Amino acid sequence: MVDKEVEKAMLPYFTKIYGNASSLHKFGQEAKEALEKSRETIAKRINALPEEIIFTSGGTESDNLAIKGVAYANKDKNHIITTKIEHHAVEKSCKALEKEGFKVTWLDVDKDGFINLEQLKKEIADKTILVSIIHANNEIGTIQDIEEIGKICKEKNVYFHTDTVQSFTKTEIDVKKQNITLASFSAHKVHGPKGIGALYIKKGTKIKKLSDGGSQENNLRAGTENIPYIVGFTKAVELAKQEHCKKMQELRDYLIEKVDKEIPEVKLNGSRKERLCNNINITFKYIEGEALLLRLDDKGIAVSTGSACSSRELKPSHVLTAIGLHPAMAHGSIRFTLSRYTTKEELDYAIKHLKEAVAELRKVSPLWRGK
Amino acid sequence: MYSQKVMEHFRSPHNLKEIKDANGIGKIGNPVCGDLMWVYIKVDKNKQGKEYIKDIGVKTFGCVAAIATSSMITDLAKGKTLEEAKKINRDDIKDALDGLPPIKVHCSNLSADGLHRAIEDYEKKKKA
Repeated sequence: MVDKEVEKAMLPYFTKIYGNASSLHKFGQEAKEALEKSRETIAKRINALPEEIIFTSGGTESDNLAIKGVAYANKDKNHIITTKIEHHAVEKSCKALEKEGFKVTWLDVDKDGFINLEQLKKEIADKTILVSIIHANNEIGTIQDIEEIGKICKEKNVYFHTDTVQSFTKTEIDVKKQNITLASFSAHKVHGPKGIGALYIKKGTKIKKLSDGGSQENNLRAGTENIPYIVGFTKAVELAKQEHCKKMQELRDYLIEKVDKEIPEVKLNGSRKERLCNNINITFKYIEGEALLLRLDDKGIAVSTGSACSSRELKPSHVLTAIGLHPAMAHGSIRFTLSRYTTKEELDYAIKHLKEAVAELRKVSPLWRGK
Repeated sequence: MYSQKVMEHFRSPHNLKEIKDANGIGKIGNPVCGDLMWVYIKVDKNKQGKEYIKDIGVKTFGCVAAIATSSMITDLAKGKTLEEAKKINRDDIKDALDGLPPIKVHCSNLSADGLHRAIEDYEKKKKA
């Protein structure tokens, strides 16, 4: 949810400070000031320059602009490297470019969801424009070694984009140290409002704008800036502290261990160690995720599933497939996401009902042969 | 997304059980697709000497729709003669549940087919 303080910070910008940041009058200049202060705050958090940050409508738009914008601006080359576990915004942007004639290499991942750095090195060629690799995976929480990836991209002189929507404020992002060329951010993953995000674009990067109009946001994103949301995003980032992640990590490990101890035949998906502090993804064998999801929903517990049965395309999660999970196992996967507001009592409540729901569904499953 | 009726059957499914002395079993679906049903029937003769479904149970691996359609087939088939039970089709299940989401009609509405297989299994065993 949006933090109360975020909401409070946003409110004046709907009424009192409602100017258009492009206008020269005082009202406009007040809005402009808020906009540039926000830009500075976001930039500082990732060790970037303010002019290297542009505000967008969120992670999806940032990913689209980063990938398509860089591809279109560098048509003397034609090759993009990404992975098989990207968020749909990156995956589908790359697929769209494939249809337009660009060549895309889809890197494999191992059973924990890590790419192979040697494979990455080998795949970078003269025609490679961009490498796009998700920092922390949204489904299984695995965190890639982006510093090492950045180093490789710098050595080979190719652009490096990373979707940091999940990892932002939860793990260190330092665009200089990690040699990042472009990074996508979203506000609602850090208790900011939905519909706002940002893209970091390293100074000097050749990129083409995707929407035409005014010259806002460094002439890369036309349209009047959404000041209240930008202010809300910034406030949310200011409120996100490292100690929140420590607390979430303890709760995460508590849930993982408790489930492992109390429910038989379960499997944690994603890396145990290099894992997002708020992500838990578990397969409960012999049952299907949508059924489990709605059983938990009845108890007020909201989870998501990688089961095909809950997706519109009726295909199991591409991420779970990429880490080698059998479709029947992917169907039984559930993701729990923690926040800084999550308490141990809530987890105990969730575990109790999870245990019951899993047992009930297994009892009626022909695949379950346990007691 | 799901009708009230579907949710009722999902929350408290009827006869989702194995029948130990079943004389017909119909297996349908595939765990790879996410839906698997084993339909058990116990066939007996009624007072008129006609074969009927005295008891029915289903074991189901699958989504909400799969569980609800499994529960519904037991309601529709229990007590019916084999001739009547053979006529129960997918649409009957769907209608009795006040409809299913379009995407689920094909993949999860398998219980009528499972029942037909169980009846075939019974008849095959009887001949043997």
